[in-house]
Amino acid sequence: MSHEAVLHGHESHGHDDHGHHEHHDTFLTKYVFSQDHKMIAKQFLITGMVWAVLGGLMSVLFRLQLGYPDASFPWLESILGKWAKGGQITPEAYYALVTTHGTVLVFFVLTAGLSGTFANFLIPLQIGARDMASPFLNMLSYWFFFTASIVMLSSLFVETGPFSGGWTAYPPLSALHDASPGSKTGMDLWIIAMALFVVSSLLGGLNYIATILNMRTKGMSMTRLPLTIWALFFTAVLGVLSFPVLLSGMILLIFDRNFGTSFYLSDIYVNGVGALSNEGGSAILFQHLFWFLGHPEVYIILLPAMGMVSEIMSVNSRKPIFGYMAMLGSLFAIAILAFLVWAHHMFVTGLNPFLGSVFVLLTLLIAVPSAIKVFNWLTTLWRGNIRFTPGMLFAIGFVSLFISGGLTGIWLGNAALDIYLHDSYFVVAHFHIVMGVASMFGMFAGVYHWFPKMYGRYLNNSLGYIHFWITLAGAYMIFWPMHYQGLAGMPRRYFDFSIWESFKQFAELNRFISTVAMIVFAVQILFLINFFYSIFKGRKVTVLNPWESNTLEWTTPIRPGHGNWPGEIPEVHRWPYDYGKDGHDFIPQTTPVGADETETH
Amino acid sequence: MATELNTSVGKNKMHPYKMVLYAGLGSIVMMFAGLTSAYIVKKSQANWLDFELPKVFFIATVVILLSSFTIQMAVKKAKEGLQNPYRGFLSLTAILGVVFMILQVQGFMALQANNIALTGPRSNSAASFLFVITILHLLHVLGGVIALIGVSFKSFLAKNNTENTLPVELLSTYWHFVDILWIYLFVFLHWIG
Repeated sequence: MSHEAVLHGHESHGHDDHGHHEHHDTFLTKYVFSQDHKMIAKQFLITGMVWAVLGGLMSVLFRLQLGYPDASFPWLESILGKWAKGGQITPEAYYALVTTHGTVLVFFVLTAGLSGTFANFLIPLQIGARDMASPFLNMLSYWFFFTASIVMLSSLFVETGPFSGGWTAYPPLSALHDASPGSKTGMDLWIIAMALFVVSSLLGGLNYIATILNMRTKGMSMTRLPLTIWALFFTAVLGVLSFPVLLSGMILLIFDRNFGTSFYLSDIYVNGVGALSNEGGSAILFQHLFWFLGHPEVYIILLPAMGMVSEIMSVNSRKPIFGYMAMLGSLFAIAILAFLVWAHHMFVTGLNPFLGSVFVLLTLLIAVPSAIKVFNWLTTLWRGNIRFTPGMLFAIGFVSLFISGGLTGIWLGNAALDIYLHDSYFVVAHFHIVMGVASMFGMFAGVYHWFPKMYGRYLNNSLGYIHFWITLAGAYMIFWPMHYQGLAGMPRRYFDFSIWESFKQFAELNRFISTVAMIVFAVQILFLINFFYSIFKGRKVTVLNPWESNTLEWTTPIRPGHGNWPGEIPEVHRWPYDYGKDGHDFIPQTTPVGADETETH
Repeated sequence: MATELNTSVGKNKMHPYKMVLYAGLGSIVMMFAGLTSAYIVKKSQANWLDFELPKVFFIATVVILLSSFTIQMAVKKAKEGLQNPYRGFLSLTAILGVVFMILQVQGFMALQANNIALTGPRSNSAASFLFVITILHLLHVLGGVIALIGVSFKSFLAKNNTENTLPVELLSTYWHFVDILWIYLFVFLHWIG
């Protein structure tokens, strides 16, 4: 019945694919220099996917080395040339691969690819706006990201190789040209790419904040916003407040690299160079500036996934989200705490133990809002009428990974444990599960759920199920064993473990992990095929609201033009989570509150 | 296109561009908060050089304070629809901005004349910090000056330039911010540094 109401309300526009805001665009203004938020979102998504494939491929290459340290693969040499002399990846190339994998996945895929895509796509559609506050700045945001991508990509092809000092770019490896081959041109390009990236994410973030605060449709009060929007709002705030600090740190780094200052460099002795003429610099200072961004960054990655999972779970459980205000409050708490915990990355830098204990306390506090969110997701599922769409499965998978990875966060947040586990595979396992794979799952959930709105077609469900189950099982098979390796003291970032007696026991396990990693990577190719095939040949969407969802994006035409709604922007009368209320399966936000409607949700 | 799409904004709501600007100012604040925090951390460590700020920085401070007054007058005149005073105050602000920049550069030169290296192997990070922080502020002033020159040119070219006061309002907010930011930095560098 309510479903009919949705269709009925906008029946007159149902077939009007060309709203009056769609101008006679040329190919260049429609697909390249587009100012339509939906097109920009797709640009972010597809650029992010290209980087995900490249970053994933890098991990396959270094897993090959870790799994088969003694083997020689002649085909590697024909692809990588001198970086794989004799068919084995060189240590220098290994470090470059690890560094680029980290940088690209953290910033280009899970920041730009995730919030760039979904903030752009969902904010105007779900708050009821025609476009962003400044469509022009929004376009610039993408093109800064694109330029950053090109610069980062070009660093892979310079003679001395890309930067190889780890994605955190700690000095002195990042500050000294002579520290390693990757510290030369590769590092210059890395800094330029990152500076461009920061500009891109600032332009995006400013737009998201202004749009959410200023451009909501009539009736869309802040507490009627879907949780996706709240999550994207906090994400943007975190980005706008923390990326400039990284930029400050990098500017000081540029001065140390190129103008002989001594912010981070001191009179250390470097092999082959001799003692430096710098005096009194502190490498720890960079770590403080870096992690002041670095920790909020993990929530910049995680929050959009949390928001989308909340929305997708509620829709597919046919139940209101459990504890909307608690969800919102916990997002807020996480955003505040994000700025107060950075030094837990620095427990082994000689940090004052008293200061360390303060950071332990603040870090462990994050468990409270995180647990609130987990219990609210589980209670949203509880006795719901669950529809196991691929999007929903990825959302449930996200919660599973968030629990598994979050629990080890409580271990690592304790300085007493972290001092032992720091820089071991335990850390690798922790952050890959809780931040990397979990957010990836959030991104997949979002793509599966909103693909019909993006392209007017469905993704293939069977391929979606195969993609989900193999990725979920594979993710656990790759990262679960790493906890044991880390507890046994296996350090991260090492090129070859076969020379240590104590780690020889893991040779077979390493091979197992590498094999699974390759299988999981292959399954992502399956997803890509599904994605691109479905854009052109997928089953067509024929109803406005395929998931029977309450939010505003499903009141637009199946293929909305620039401006989103052909007529007036609809008015909002209720929150977005009226599922299973008063005998109605769902009541869209545009339906006025009835006279006999019950007060409670 | 942009203006057409923005028609849905209610009259009593703040213009979205203002919100973009305010959020942007927040991010600039964080940038300098990061730098000045790093300054405090570094100062407490060994090998810190204490030196007096050259007098020319005081003059620059007076100049930028004055320019805040002139741009406020420009906004006032624009709102009253007075063309020529508007043009005058706007151009005067741009000139004061340029003067401020010249004075800052003279400050650097005065430091180097006193044998305080700002960069290079003999530099102390106390001076390098001053240099980096001031240069970054200067770049923000430069952005404002370029915008001021642009809006001034427009005000001379257009017959009636006081109808849409949004650009000059945005510009004045930014300019006041850059002014207050400098006063913070100046107080910080002079008394804390």
